[in-house]
Amino acid sequence: MGIDVGSITSKAVLMNGSAWQSVLRPTGYSPRQAGREVFDELLDKAGLARADIGYIIATGYGRTTLEFADKAMTEITCHAKGAHHLVPGADMVIDIGGQDSKVIFTDRQGNVADFSMNDKCAAGTGRFLQVMAAAMGADVSELAELARGEEPVQISNMCTVFAESEVISLLAEGVGRGRIIAGIHRSVAKRVTAMAERIGKGELIAFTGGVSKNEGVKEYLARELGREIVVAPESQLAGALGAALLAREKLLNAKVLHEKK
Amino acid sequence: MRPESMKIFDDLRGQNMVVLENAKQSGRKVVGMYCAYCPQELVLAAGAIPVSLCGTRDEPIADAEKVLPRNLCPLIKSSFGFAITGKCPYFYFSDFIVGETTCDGKKKMFELLKQYKPTHIMHLPQGADRPGALSWWKEELLLLKERLEEELGVTISDDNLREAVKLANSEQRAVKELHELNKLDPAPLSGLDLLTATFMKGFNVNKFEGITLVNRLIDEVKEVIERGGSPFRAGTPRILLTGCPVGIGSEKVIRLLEEGGGSVVCFESCSGYKTLAMLTDEDERRDPLEAIAERSLKIPCSCMTPNEGRLELLGRMIREYRVDGVVDLTWQACHTYNIEAELVRGYVRDNFDIPCLHLETDYSNSDLQQLKTRVTAFIELLDKRWT
Repeated sequence: MGIDVGSITSKAVLMNGSAWQSVLRPTGYSPRQAGREVFDELLDKAGLARADIGYIIATGYGRTTLEFADKAMTEITCHAKGAHHLVPGADMVIDIGGQDSKVIFTDRQGNVADFSMNDKCAAGTGRFLQVMAAAMGADVSELAELARGEEPVQISNMCTVFAESEVISLLAEGVGRGRIIAGIHRSVAKRVTAMAERIGKGELIAFTGGVSKNEGVKEYLARELGREIVVAPESQLAGALGAALLAREKLLNAKVLHEKK
Repeated sequence: MRPESMKIFDDLRGQNMVVLENAKQSGRKVVGMYCAYCPQELVLAAGAIPVSLCGTRDEPIADAEKVLPRNLCPLIKSSFGFAITGKCPYFYFSDFIVGETTCDGKKKMFELLKQYKPTHIMHLPQGADRPGALSWWKEELLLLKERLEEELGVTISDDNLREAVKLANSEQRAVKELHELNKLDPAPLSGLDLLTATFMKGFNVNKFEGITLVNRLIDEVKEVIERGGSPFRAGTPRILLTGCPVGIGSEKVIRLLEEGGGSVVCFESCSGYKTLAMLTDEDERRDPLEAIAERSLKIPCSCMTPNEGRLELLGRMIREYRVDGVVDLTWQACHTYNIEAELVRGYVRDNFDIPCLHLETDYSNSDLQQLKTRVTAFIELLDKRWT
């Protein structure tokens, strides 16, 4: 099983052979509790007990808080693995989550070759979108719809705090909400593109993490990078899925070793 | 497993302070330095005690920011903060400070530091490859020599200089030998211990005692090696740390790398191997000042342009220490290392099939979680053992 405790949502994926099932819920204020809850919920759903689970890998920012997990691994390693499963052969993974954005280059087999990650500031992350959505009285899930077909306005500030003031000024000037949101999407895409191009250019790009559900960001990423971006329906689960795949690998390798003996 | 004499190194800072105070009381002069370009040979030849000044801890930065801009590198802010708050005993006991025109931040910070202690600023050339660079630098050494003679009331003879060169060389040889023990796989010393032992050389009041101590540690590590001991399991990813200088108090990246399952086997930085790989020519027929100038000008610092020597040294270390990955550390707002990171990245990628991780951070713990994710992901990518 893989459990991804992110800053905004927690996900768990259970693998049984090549079949898998998942649960997702908001993290809230306690990553430890959220991790426990998705774990219990998924066990319930599958009708299994802890003893039935061979190996558990925790990932995400709350990865070290789950004492029932066998191992903690970073979301970078897990997203590369999960994205490879969802988009076979992807050599570049863009993962934009609640508080981090990452660009991962892989060996096309799901193993990390190189990566780049935003610094501690929120620019270019899901949090940035959340703050902007709040400033415009919208929910983060409506952003893509509100901006559809709109001409983006220029957002100059990368810093979340300054960009928020900029958005409020734009609203005061009477600029339409849709145009501002389109501008915000483009701003996130530009930020992530700059991060990506520092380390290379991918051919097959998979977009994962919560923000991958946003069509607007996806579209601007494709424009900025000049490439098609693939978003699998389960892209938000890529981290937990990767963790589950790594846990399965661990079990299979242990089995091989055991049989050799 | 950890060599016994490491405990002595752990406590050295406190002990050295007492020794320094006693030396001061008996009339010895103390000269404070910040940088490897400062020729400690001149200070030794003047019969004074050369000491490295504090600048590797986060604590005094808040005080420094009352004077200096915030978006300055933590090393400069820490150095200045330590100096003005009187929290660095080495600064406190110093009669005289030597600075250099390395980066813009440091060179202007020294102008402010002059208000607190007599400070002499050496002017470095911008690069080592111009025809006049060496003669310029030698001229600067001469100026420093004259200033030291005047400030400390001594005369520095060529013989004094030659003797000092021998002493500094033997110190360098000892620390280099210690550093090179880590070429062994798995490394006999953790990165943190290697840093502790290397770092303390700048704070030794008595050079001879310092060298003896390092030699004692070498003997002990050799015994550990004989017994096949190492703090690391076979197959632990071996990491080379390059970039800005790291010291005790600013070792967070080394700590994270080793807690995350790596082994920092060597330091390319100026607090590490960079300045150990070169001895001063001891040839008696030569002008000692020129020999000293020649050696220090070869230091491959990012303040120099071009700085190809750093890449050559990196290549040599990657091969000799058989490293699995390179971590390039930039202190926030250190433009020269930050920009050079791009060259380092390209060089490592084009010449060696190993990954390189560039990190930009400061001395504080505010980004520890983010940093941990990066560092751990890097170890995961290097480490093929876990499954």
